[in-house]
Amino acid sequence: MTWFRKEQFTVLKAPQLKDRIPDGLWYKCDNCLNILYIKDFMQNLKVCPRCNFHARLNADERIAMVVDEGTFQEIDTNVLPTDSLKFVDSKPYCERLETAKQKANMTEAIKTGFAEINGYKVVIGVMDFAFIGGSMGSVVGEKVTRVFETALDKKLPVTMVCTSGGARMQEAILSLMQMAKTSIAVARLSEARLPYISVLTNPTTAGVMASFASLGDVIVAELNALIGFAGPRVIQQTINQILPKGFQRSEFVLEHGFLDIIIHRRDLKKVLTNLLSYFCLDQNTRLKGKAGKGADVIEVI
Amino acid sequence: MALSSFDFEKPVVELEQKIENLQAKESTNPEVRKELEGLEEQLEETKKQIYGNLTPWQRVQLARHIARPHSLDYISLLFSDWMELHGDRTFADDPAVVCGFAHFDGAPLAVIGQQKGKDTKENLARNFAMMHPEGYRKALRIMKLADKFALPIVVLIDTPGAYPGIGAEERGQAEAIARNIKEMALLRVPIIVIIIGEGASGGALGVGLGNVVLMLENAWYCVISPEGCASILWRDRAMAPQSADALKLTARDLIELKVVDEVIPEPLGGAHRNPEEAAKNIRVALQKHLAILTKKTPKQLQADRFAKYRAMGVVIEN
Repeated sequence: MTWFRKEQFTVLKAPQLKDRIPDGLWYKCDNCLNILYIKDFMQNLKVCPRCNFHARLNADERIAMVVDEGTFQEIDTNVLPTDSLKFVDSKPYCERLETAKQKANMTEAIKTGFAEINGYKVVIGVMDFAFIGGSMGSVVGEKVTRVFETALDKKLPVTMVCTSGGARMQEAILSLMQMAKTSIAVARLSEARLPYISVLTNPTTAGVMASFASLGDVIVAELNALIGFAGPRVIQQTINQILPKGFQRSEFVLEHGFLDIIIHRRDLKKVLTNLLSYFCLDQNTRLKGKAGKGADVIEVI
Repeated sequence: MALSSFDFEKPVVELEQKIENLQAKESTNPEVRKELEGLEEQLEETKKQIYGNLTPWQRVQLARHIARPHSLDYISLLFSDWMELHGDRTFADDPAVVCGFAHFDGAPLAVIGQQKGKDTKENLARNFAMMHPEGYRKALRIMKLADKFALPIVVLIDTPGAYPGIGAEERGQAEAIARNIKEMALLRVPIIVIIIGEGASGGALGVGLGNVVLMLENAWYCVISPEGCASILWRDRAMAPQSADALKLTARDLIELKVVDEVIPEPLGGAHRNPEEAAKNIRVALQKHLAILTKKTPKQLQADRFAKYRAMGVVIEN
């Protein structure tokens, strides 16, 4: 619901400074505003080496980082959004969809498919915040549901890498119903005793957090990600108080018992591999005898 | 009793006042009687004209009417031997939702009702029916009891949303809602959901997964309130009437979108004008659906729920 909410980290930009930085060489950290050599930044998986701020990854970057090279086989690429309610606010929804497609270079806010993680076969979904704030409409709901159904059918574990501002308002009640659809899909996988690992990245809130993202057997979060139900601005308006520092950040959420583990991005693949190695013993998901070892390989994007 | 009214009801209120004034005179004068009759006819016409053509935004206002019957009103009108049970056994009792058991036509069932107050004082105590995580957990606890003893569940939805506050976040509002949806999907008993007033977003859905979803004529159900949507997409809360139009949140819209199975008619002008009649209409719908659902096996009930929500959403598939 709150996908356009201002990031807490976008403190005072200095455009005049940025203008003087030649494209493609330098990057200014959104958090500490330090100027970084872009190669260092990229090699550090888009994590600021100075302040550890985890900048956003797009779906392709995330997939490259998490799955074994060349193993991602995308599915359901033909499931596309439509403006079935003819929703018009300040702009028609169909125009917003077009803009989002151009901007994110995606057909929707998620990519799904088969992949291997250090040899473990999984069905994976990776969300992309650049597409209308990673919001969940009918297509995201459908593709997430199919991830779980495919996994159920093939007896594979599921990994979802989440980032979303919530449900997509322009699809109104249909987007709310995706919360039910996806949660039921998780329930069915769970009944079949197949593992589901949910990875929360900055930000994961509202409708997505109040459905499949919260329902992982294990829930992993990146450092300092914004995680919650209501957006901080809404809460601030409701209670008329300044929110405590670190409110709704990964560390806060873990402290209150709603996360299993917080990780630095470079450890994500290793953590996923370990989790899969615990839960996938009796399933035919191990390939080429690679499994059983925690992976040390972190591919550089 | 004078009910507080909205601007769009002005012609009705004016006529009602005129009639009241004439009646107060207790005149036997045939001319006055004639005038009275004429006014009453006019009132009926005006009511039909206004209430028959309500805009979505006007319905939203009716759904929020302070005198509108709330969950406990319907519970006392529909059920007997109602007993409220408290607490989530973990943290607290959430007064924004009432949970318990009762008899309907002599048979026991579980009832979950989001509860607004009749006045500001009670609304503060009930937190305007905005539930905290402990509310969702209490509801789930009672629903699981119903599941254990094979009793149907009736859920009355009436909330402006799940509470957005610090405590709610600390205690896992998102987790509580997500878990409720998942667990409700797996229950082996009939779940009948009735949206009686406001059905806002995850706050409603967190207790709102049903085998059938029924909705009172002037209730609304959506992913966000019209004001919330207006302030986000139009950047202006005053655009709420426009956003109410765009959001397709009325009962009739939701029938078309196959999210709601049946609209329960309200007395002309809204349920608050005749709560007994509204309750009677709910009773009829409840009887009908309970009769159908109680014949189904636990497996079938589960499978029906899976299939119902699996079909929701509109995508293009090339």
